[in-house]
Amino acid sequence: MMRFLIPLVVFVVLVGFLWKGLALDPSEVPTPLLNKPAPAFKLQELQNASQTLSPANLRGKVWLLNVWASWCVSCREEHPVLLRYSRSGEVPIYGLNYKDTRDDALRWLQQFGNPYVANGFDTDGQVGIDYGVYGVPETYVIDRQGVIRHKHIGPITDAVWQDEIMPIVRKLKG
Amino acid sequence: MIPEIGHFALIVALCMALVQGTLPLVGAARGIPRWMALARPVAQGQFVFVVISYACLTYAFIHSDFSVLYVAEHSNSALPLIYRIAGVWGGHEGSLLLWILMLSIWMLAVTVFSRHLPEEMVARVLGVMGLVSVGFLCFIIFTSDPFQRLLPAAPDGQDLNPLLQDPGLAIHPPMLYMGYVGFSVAFAFAIAALLGGKLDATWARWSRPWTTVAWMFLTCGIALGSWWSYYVLGWGGWWFWDPVENASFMPWLVGTALIHSLAVTEKRGSFKSWTVLLAIFAFSLSLLGTFLVRSGVLTSVHSFASDPKRGLFILIFLVIVVGSSLMLYAWRAPKVGLGGSFAMVSRESLLLANNVLFTTAAATVLLGTLAPLFVDALVAVGVLGPTNKISVGAPYFNLVFVPIMFFAVFLMAVGPIAKWKKANVPEMAARLKWGGVTSVVIAVIMPFLLGHWSWLVSLGILMAFWIIFAVAQGMWERLQRTRSDRSWLGRLAGLPKSFLGMQLAHLGVAVFILGVTVIGGYEVGKDVRMNIGDTVEVGGYTFRFDGVMSVPGPNYQASRGIIKVFKDGVPLEELHPEKRVYRVQRQPMTNAAIDSGLFRHLFVALGEPVGNGSWSVRVYYKPLVSWIWLGCVMMALGGLLAISDRRYRTLARKQRELLKSGADLDVPPTTPKPALTRAEAKP
Amino acid sequence: MKQFFAVLLMLFAWSVHAYAKEAEPVMGNEALQERVMTLAGELRCLVCQGESLAESHSDFAKDMLSKIRALIEQGKTNQEVKDYLVARYGDFILYRPPFSGITAYIWVAPFVLAVAGAGLLIFNIRRRRERVKVTPLSAEEQARVNSLLKEDTGDSKAVMASEGDRP
Repeated sequence: MMRFLIPLVVFVVLVGFLWKGLALDPSEVPTPLLNKPAPAFKLQELQNASQTLSPANLRGKVWLLNVWASWCVSCREEHPVLLRYSRSGEVPIYGLNYKDTRDDALRWLQQFGNPYVANGFDTDGQVGIDYGVYGVPETYVIDRQGVIRHKHIGPITDAVWQDEIMPIVRKLKG
Repeated sequence: MIPEIGHFALIVALCMALVQGTLPLVGAARGIPRWMALARPVAQGQFVFVVISYACLTYAFIHSDFSVLYVAEHSNSALPLIYRIAGVWGGHEGSLLLWILMLSIWMLAVTVFSRHLPEEMVARVLGVMGLVSVGFLCFIIFTSDPFQRLLPAAPDGQDLNPLLQDPGLAIHPPMLYMGYVGFSVAFAFAIAALLGGKLDATWARWSRPWTTVAWMFLTCGIALGSWWSYYVLGWGGWWFWDPVENASFMPWLVGTALIHSLAVTEKRGSFKSWTVLLAIFAFSLSLLGTFLVRSGVLTSVHSFASDPKRGLFILIFLVIVVGSSLMLYAWRAPKVGLGGSFAMVSRESLLLANNVLFTTAAATVLLGTLAPLFVDALVAVGVLGPTNKISVGAPYFNLVFVPIMFFAVFLMAVGPIAKWKKANVPEMAARLKWGGVTSVVIAVIMPFLLGHWSWLVSLGILMAFWIIFAVAQGMWERLQRTRSDRSWLGRLAGLPKSFLGMQLAHLGVAVFILGVTVIGGYEVGKDVRMNIGDTVEVGGYTFRFDGVMSVPGPNYQASRGIIKVFKDGVPLEELHPEKRVYRVQRQPMTNAAIDSGLFRHLFVALGEPVGNGSWSVRVYYKPLVSWIWLGCVMMALGGLLAISDRRYRTLARKQRELLKSGADLDVPPTTPKPALTRAEAKP
Repeated sequence: MKQFFAVLLMLFAWSVHAYAKEAEPVMGNEALQERVMTLAGELRCLVCQGESLAESHSDFAKDMLSKIRALIEQGKTNQEVKDYLVARYGDFILYRPPFSGITAYIWVAPFVLAVAGAGLLIFNIRRRRERVKVTPLSAEEQARVNSLLKEDTGDSKAVMASEGDRP
């Protein structure tokens, strides 16, 4: 008699997993660089080719590295959020312009606004590979010692900023 | 105006579905004839309104009404007419409307082809289908309205995804959905039987044709999907074990087990509760598939734009439908009774072993498809660390499938010659001996002839020929017993259609296995950089690159390559692979050029321009690839033959007569005998 | 004169043909290409996730292929290339999951299921035989059965012969 209930029980367990799964993003790949030093690079600055951007120069600061591109549709979604929070000045946002052309990138910033303190121009994507970038946008939280403490995959929304990123930033700032 | 009519028609259909899903069921339980009699006309009414709704959406597409959001998202004024019609089901909302249309078509079919069934059964079957319809109509009306307006209207649409702008789109989804949705009929029959408390061989005989037809459509739908991705995706793969593909394959596997299980129940009245459970599983997997594809729970190259809110709705619907069916099963199945007994080796036990194999296969596919989700969920609750993330792909599925199928193939030859109730093992071994030995010999030798030897190829050839010889022997033995004064063709035609159908379907499996084995073992491809005039040799054919020209299309700009094909210096053909950029979506699309032949395909696709007029080009020689789909077609035809068997028509006619005369249908009908052909009558 | 031009034309056509040659592999070197593609078959495309880098046509896959090629040209071994990518993307980038931890359960599960199913089946058949007792027909009932069968088919032999074969 009991054995006729087995299919039902199996089904209930399955549904439990599916329900949990609805809240997850299956394409997120966890980064192995968590709590490891941010890979070093020296890239030309996007707006001023004679200047360079390098994580080494940002020691002592807690900062965000936001990977973006002018051809990326989701980046446009998160842009207003970044603009708004960059003005509050709580944490500086540096950009990694990934696999883009200088003209397109500059035009994009002009059209939609510029939340970045500075931008590294990673046109061939090699720095992106070092950071384990596989899609755009992605955002890293880096601490005063230059160690990656968090990676967010996908566009940043208000909720993500308030509940996920800022608590970590505040803790790192001490 | 028209979109509003469409939306309103859906609401009317929902009201009718609500009536259809309640009154007939109550009527059947309480014995109220007037309520039971409501089922047919209400189902037909629902059909009418669903058709109206669907027609309205199609109208909006054809007339490029961009004030409808769904049309603006999936169409464009430059889109050719055929894709404006087929594009109706190119996105989530429209494909859902197609689902509902298919469901109403099946309901209509049930109202028409069920005159020989008792009213109670029809009322229950239509009632259950009505409830399913309620769920889908609610889903579409409340979360996925295809008629939602976009105001102000867009000046032009975002165009249909270029990958879908292909004739394959016109046939694959409708076929697939006919199959998926068709299992709702088998499901409804199962639930009706559980509700009525009467589960016997007669029930199996009634539901068998419906199940077989749904299975046929699903077989064709899956084969079409495979063929379509083969020529559209640019590198000639035919199956990727992608979650959406698996979502259609699982109901097929369980459906195959169900057809075989129904055979046992119909013939011997045994394993009724298993058959009912399989019917519930088959449709549950269809619903689960719908969930997986539209909820964003799994990554897939072909899922619709996902929305967890919609996912939640489908999940709740799934819980209600499947949960209540399984509860009904747990309650009623124990009372169903065991049916006859049979020996450890008998046709019954072999068919059931087949069911175990196919169900295991389906469970394996389910496990592999959902495993990443299970792990992610366990990581999210902290049971596992984050580095445990996994993805299960083709290597896993291919590896675990082969042994399971090997045993199923073995049974395919043994089962049909086993006697019911108790099989004679020594006699079967004697009959299969020669076929077995010859298959082994061929399997060992043939790979050498085809090129190089490998275990997998040898195994595949063994399986295929094992079946081929079994089919040939079965046909031969059967024909021998027919009258010798007729021509061979006449005698063939006189054999029972269900027997012929089985043999054809099994032969289709052999053809399929040969296709998969040969292309897996002997496909040759080269990825080369070609300047004008360069040649490359693949599979004994020479391909010469004669340049690329720019060709405008109705809504795209194409770079068309010119490849001349030679064999032994003799020019055969000119192939035109294209690289298209669609004007609106700007996504580059690779359209391969295929020279198709029964025994091989020559497959050429353009890569990228590498400067100075030269391009990277991919060239493949694919032997026997079309046998993959040919095998599937044979399987489907086998099913078609089987249901054309006279016994269904005779029975239907007899029962109609019995019903008219007021006879009691509780008495199981006498075994219907097809009128003996002259060939079979004794002299 | 005509002949001269004909010869010239022929020479020209022949020389063009002489320039056209057997096409080279895309990466310029058969061995290099094979090595890159073999490695690519063992690494996952993180964008399409179900496909290997060899099968995928995404931009990510293209970038990865160039990177792999660059690393190989620098002299790295296959294992070093994999380690390099795993350091940046994690174990997930390996296409064939190692037979360890969770994946072990997944690999083993189908066989466990099949064996369990077979066991269940055998158990069920045995139990059924004990439960269902076949009562033999009395002589009178047997006679009734025979006459019913004869009347139905007009030929009892045909029924018996095909009893075992009808699907």
